[in-house]
Amino acid sequence: MLWASLLLPTLALDAALRERPVPDRPFALVHGSAQQRTLVAVDEAARAAGLRPGQRLAEAEAICRNLLTAEYDTAHTRTALSLIAAWAYRWSSDVLLDPPRTVSLEVGKSLRLFGPWPDLEPRLRNELNELGFRHRIALAPNPRAARVLAGANDGTAVESVNDLPSALARIPITCAGLPQEAAALLNSMGLRTLGQVLRLPRPALQRRCGRALIESLAVLLGEQPDPLLRYRPPDRFDARIDFGCEVEHVHGLLFPLKRMLGDLAAFLSARDGGLQRFVIRCLHADAAPTDLSIGLLVPEREASALFEVAKLRLDQTRLPAPVLELELHADELPPFVPQGADLLDQRAANALPWPQLVERLRARLGADAVYGLRVDADPRPERACVRDDAADSATTHLPLRPTWLLPRPIPLRGPAPRVIAGPERLETGWWDGGDMRRDYYIVELATGQRAWAFCPPGERGPFMLHGWFA
Amino acid sequence: MNAVIALDSLIRDRHIWRGQPAALPPSTQPTGWPTLDAVVPTHGWPEAALTEILIPADGVGELRLVLPTLARLTQHGERVVIVAPPYIPYAPAWQAAGVDWRHVSIIDAAPGERAWTLEQVLHSGSCAAVLGWLPDADDRTLRRLQVAADTGRALGFLFRNRAALGNPSPAALRIQVAPGVLQVLKCRGGNPPAPIAFPAS
Repeated sequence: MLWASLLLPTLALDAALRERPVPDRPFALVHGSAQQRTLVAVDEAARAAGLRPGQRLAEAEAICRNLLTAEYDTAHTRTALSLIAAWAYRWSSDVLLDPPRTVSLEVGKSLRLFGPWPDLEPRLRNELNELGFRHRIALAPNPRAARVLAGANDGTAVESVNDLPSALARIPITCAGLPQEAAALLNSMGLRTLGQVLRLPRPALQRRCGRALIESLAVLLGEQPDPLLRYRPPDRFDARIDFGCEVEHVHGLLFPLKRMLGDLAAFLSARDGGLQRFVIRCLHADAAPTDLSIGLLVPEREASALFEVAKLRLDQTRLPAPVLELELHADELPPFVPQGADLLDQRAANALPWPQLVERLRARLGADAVYGLRVDADPRPERACVRDDAADSATTHLPLRPTWLLPRPIPLRGPAPRVIAGPERLETGWWDGGDMRRDYYIVELATGQRAWAFCPPGERGPFMLHGWFA
Repeated sequence: MNAVIALDSLIRDRHIWRGQPAALPPSTQPTGWPTLDAVVPTHGWPEAALTEILIPADGVGELRLVLPTLARLTQHGERVVIVAPPYIPYAPAWQAAGVDWRHVSIIDAAPGERAWTLEQVLHSGSCAAVLGWLPDADDRTLRRLQVAADTGRALGFLFRNRAALGNPSPAALRIQVAPGVLQVLKCRGGNPPAPIAFPAS
């Protein structure tokens, strides 16, 4: 077994920052009661301005006037950690959650699929960068050792159990994840590195420092299993972003929405699922939430495709009030079947397959905007042409019919037209109450247009215009 | 200078300018009207380009002009899209002309959205022919559509009122339809021919 540990040193800060467009002001997370608000995490701009975690907010604001702050939220950080776990699930089926800020995945089996570790590691790092998380990665034969190595030395890779003690030997005791009391005791005994501790006889060590230390060392060396929570991917996706201020225009929602859909796409690809329907909910201060339900014709999971559809829908939407929070819910996650591409397809590179084009058109023009027609065997002209998608038509043997039909007949004005053919009497429809009695004529107007017109049976006008022979 | 270069290749690659333009390769999209094919330099619709059909009023035979082409395309399983038709395309009559409705789609679009829709559909490359009505499109819109048709390799048919006759148009072919008469106003690869008869039935 080979375990890769992803240690996210600034998880809370990254989770908060990735919801905002890149801030141009120093940014910090604050926590605590109203009287004692202290900084929990600061970004680089704030650090450069002289702010440190642990400072009082009042003090920080005195140092840095244009400080941007957000509330430190442990639930939010936990959500971010499970997002990382969901993403890691793409690379391995064994993913362990190690709160507060580590995710470990078993990559021994994945290497066969994704190539050797020196190839896989940059891919993991690239994708984490794209997701917006700073990280430290290490590889070791057990998850605890990997976590400790990641904390001490980013990029370490120990592939064999025999090399593990020597790799751990240089780690300072304070960074080794040992029980606090035992670590303090070892420190006061003059021991500084893990190597010095490992050289001591275990029974003596247990008598002096307690059983917890011995167990911890055993876990570190892989002699005992690490009791960690295994990650199981959920069956639905929910995300929310609290803006902390009022967003008045739709354009302000696009950036956070793109992030959310990117997360959703990562989640879907880990599940190997697609997305059929999702809901974007905008929460307002004093109005009912605006729900945008977006349905897709075929399951989709490309972040860019989802964003495009959502963006077209958002552009059409008028917000009744400024938006405070944005939520994304998806619970219809059918299996995803990628579209088969033809090897000998001659179409140009810009080509957009028809289903995706329909998706795009429906998003902007409305769900019913794209349709097909079908011929029905009903003799009444209005009912012989039915809206239906790619359905088989009835075969009919009618006399000449116009190529344009008016949605409803209108009086034919102007001088009396020249009758070319007719009458064709249609006296039908008595069975369902929609009965009609008409004499249809093909007439030519003075302008040269050919029209399909009818009048009551036995008469020769006035005509009602019902179609054009275009 | 010992290399021998065939004259044909120089002409084909347009390294030599000739006073008389070379004939365009014949179109693979016949119009279905032998008399029209005979007078147009490419002997068919301009491929991957916009065709503008100018009419004095609805119902003078503008659909009759394109129906043979639509029938041929749909029978080969290629997609035809109708964007915002002015009336209901009456399925029985189109079927009688040979159109297979399983491969025809209609898109409803508000007047302001029609140009966008046409461009999307033409550009997509997933449709063989696109029919559109844009009464008040300007030169720039038409140029965009022409570019879209070129990229998407689609036949674009744009029906417009004769009032737009005097406006400049980037369409590769402009045909005026009047009762009984077809007049080619502009075509690629030659001067427009004389008007031809267009029988009413």
